[in-house]
Amino acid sequence: MHEIIEFLGVSKRFGSVSVFDRLDLAISTGRTTALVGASGSGKSTLLQMINGVLVPDDGRVEVFGSPLPESRLAAFRRRIGYAVQGTGLFPHLRIDANIGLLGKLEGWSDAKLADRIVELTELMGLAPELTRRYPHELSGGQQQRVGICRAMLLRPEILLLDEPFSGVDPLTRDEIHERFAELMRAEPVTVVLVTHDLHEAMRLASELVVLDGGRVLQADAVQEVVERPATEGVARLFERLQ
Amino acid sequence: MMSGGPRRESRYIRRKTAAPKTGDRLALGHGRRCCRSLQPRRSSRARRLAARLRPGVRHGLAGAAIAGLCAALLGPLASAQQPLVVGSKTFAESYILAEIMAQLLEAEGYEVDRRFGFGGTLVTFEALQAGAIDVYPEYSGTMQHTILSSGADFGSEAFAAEVESLGLDTLQTFGFNNTYALTVTGNTAQRLGLATITDLVDHPELRFGVSHEFHERSDGWPGISGAYGLPQTSFGIEHGLAYRAMLEGDLDVTDAYSTDGDLIRYDFVILEDDLSFFPSYFALPLVRQTMQPRVKAILNRLGGTLSDARMRELNAEVSIERRTFADVAAEFLRERGLVADAADPRPTSTLVADLIDNTIVHLKLTGIAVAAACVLGVGLALAVHRSRPLSRGVLYATGLLQTIPSIALLALMIPLFGIGQVPAIIALFLYSLLPIVRNTITALITVDPLLKRVAAGMGLSQSEQLRHVHLPLALPHLLAGLRIAAVISIGTATLAAFIGAGGLGEPIVTGLALNDTTLILQGAIPAAGLALAAELGFELIERRLVPAHMMASRLPS
Repeated sequence: MHEIIEFLGVSKRFGSVSVFDRLDLAISTGRTTALVGASGSGKSTLLQMINGVLVPDDGRVEVFGSPLPESRLAAFRRRIGYAVQGTGLFPHLRIDANIGLLGKLEGWSDAKLADRIVELTELMGLAPELTRRYPHELSGGQQQRVGICRAMLLRPEILLLDEPFSGVDPLTRDEIHERFAELMRAEPVTVVLVTHDLHEAMRLASELVVLDGGRVLQADAVQEVVERPATEGVARLFERLQ
Repeated sequence: MMSGGPRRESRYIRRKTAAPKTGDRLALGHGRRCCRSLQPRRSSRARRLAARLRPGVRHGLAGAAIAGLCAALLGPLASAQQPLVVGSKTFAESYILAEIMAQLLEAEGYEVDRRFGFGGTLVTFEALQAGAIDVYPEYSGTMQHTILSSGADFGSEAFAAEVESLGLDTLQTFGFNNTYALTVTGNTAQRLGLATITDLVDHPELRFGVSHEFHERSDGWPGISGAYGLPQTSFGIEHGLAYRAMLEGDLDVTDAYSTDGDLIRYDFVILEDDLSFFPSYFALPLVRQTMQPRVKAILNRLGGTLSDARMRELNAEVSIERRTFADVAAEFLRERGLVADAADPRPTSTLVADLIDNTIVHLKLTGIAVAAACVLGVGLALAVHRSRPLSRGVLYATGLLQTIPSIALLALMIPLFGIGQVPAIIALFLYSLLPIVRNTITALITVDPLLKRVAAGMGLSQSEQLRHVHLPLALPHLLAGLRIAAVISIGTATLAAFIGAGGLGEPIVTGLALNDTTLILQGAIPAAGLALAAELGFELIERRLVPAHMMASRLPS
């Protein structure tokens, strides 16, 4: 199995608080991997080390088979889509400008950009007239779809999602999940999804990484984890999350 | 009301050190003469000359050695060609004396550049020392108490020595002594037979009300009541009100300047200071030692030509009969036989032309200053906002600039940049920095951290993050800072007239000297209009650049 992301002996501290201590973890190409765990388990920190928003204190992270570049980090990051919890949308830009920002910076033609925006918004079930609005004029669920569209604009090889579907009602979330799954079928990509919602993880992911207090309790296929929890801790976590 | 204001100034440049904040207000506070006169001539010619004058080049920072060499080579030639610059302070008596000197010099064939209405002793004296003006009327008492550190008596050797050490020269006094005086109405004087201050001792029933400053000063009420053993008590009252109260019989005695034209208007009588308690304030032309001897000799012809009473009349002609300074000066010179012919008719400028001229200058001053402050301020904010200590340092520094009283900052500019528009623009620029820098830094460091993280994480370079995310998010506050800077600048720029920069402050300064409300309004109304226009202009810019939901005016406070 080819590994697109590898954590090699990674340690990360915030001040005196150690989040990870010599962590090793590999994430496979083409799969959707969910990082699950309770709050404070370090899952969001782990995600942010993949695109270099956070830098390990020790060890290294390898993406696309090499360590994160020190220069030209921006170009590297454009190969990785990024969507975060809350909205993360830029309030001063209309929806189409939010989605299209990176395309514009890449020098895409207006036509190419417009086509791509239509393509993505259709896949995510966003009405065309919404693209002329500002983020605050959209519902929470609509904003989350926009966040996904923006992250997918450049057809990245990796998509990092930091609890992107939290905070909406279950019905809306189900619909967004459906749309997202459809988008993934249309444009397959390696996804790393941080979530505290186990249902969401089981629905969208094929792989699970169970974290607790900065340690990986189990990293395996979803079915495997559910049926054969590696430790008491994993089993308990499942009970708690369920 | 006071026609001459030498006394009131003396507090605010004590020993030429720091100028207290009240300086500009004091400077504005006196000299309320009214006259629908022409403004003292400060034509476009004067402005052109100002450009040629450039004292900053001679006395400024750059190239002292080269400048010195050039001055040595070209000095005699240049001084023969350059016009003589006559300055004045901001009250009517100073304008009149300056105009008299200017016309006398013109009659002797000199070209004269009138730079009237400098904001107080500090500014005028700096302008003289810096070579920006060649002569202005000063008062012996002001020199003694304010300019000279020794405080030596006028006429003493120590006084002369210190004047010389400053590179200055005092010419012959005009003759009159514009000092504090106690005054009563003509009726009261007649009824009680009052002629001297000593006479007051026998009338304990008299009601005293004196101006607030006089009430407190040691050489005012506390001193004189002690020296003469006056049995009455006194209270502080606004000076204009005191005159009114005297006329209505509610008050018997108040203080005045001895050459105040209003004394004639109201038929007030000055009581002789028979114990010579009040220090003397003889007016005299103050020049630099390097002044050509011939010019000194010409100005010395004015020595002793003006008695207290005659000066009072001249002040009254301007304030009560509303004649122009130029007219009054010309008539005086003819009457004394100092000039043969009638003075040249002054070029009269129309109200509209003046208004347009002044507004253009005003816009130029504030426009350049705010634009430069915008470029430098935003640049500075961008450079330092990532570092908290640096940001703090910059905010402290710009905040410190803001605490310098505007008139003092303008005065500080004179030794460095001379007089006129350049120092005014630099001072306005310094004042505009704080609101722009503060608002920009604050806006940049308060950008939502989540949005910062997303912008970086999704692959925007540093400059792209700044250009597409940080700056647009900071823009409403940045614009608000600019707006504040522009409005403050437009207001402060009216003070620039005190250092000869022109603009809408020019009619205000002259109007204040003359207590001419119309003239004041000719500056104040357009200035207010400009401030309003700036507000509206920035609102339009904001509407164009900022989405409605992010406009600063709509942000919850």
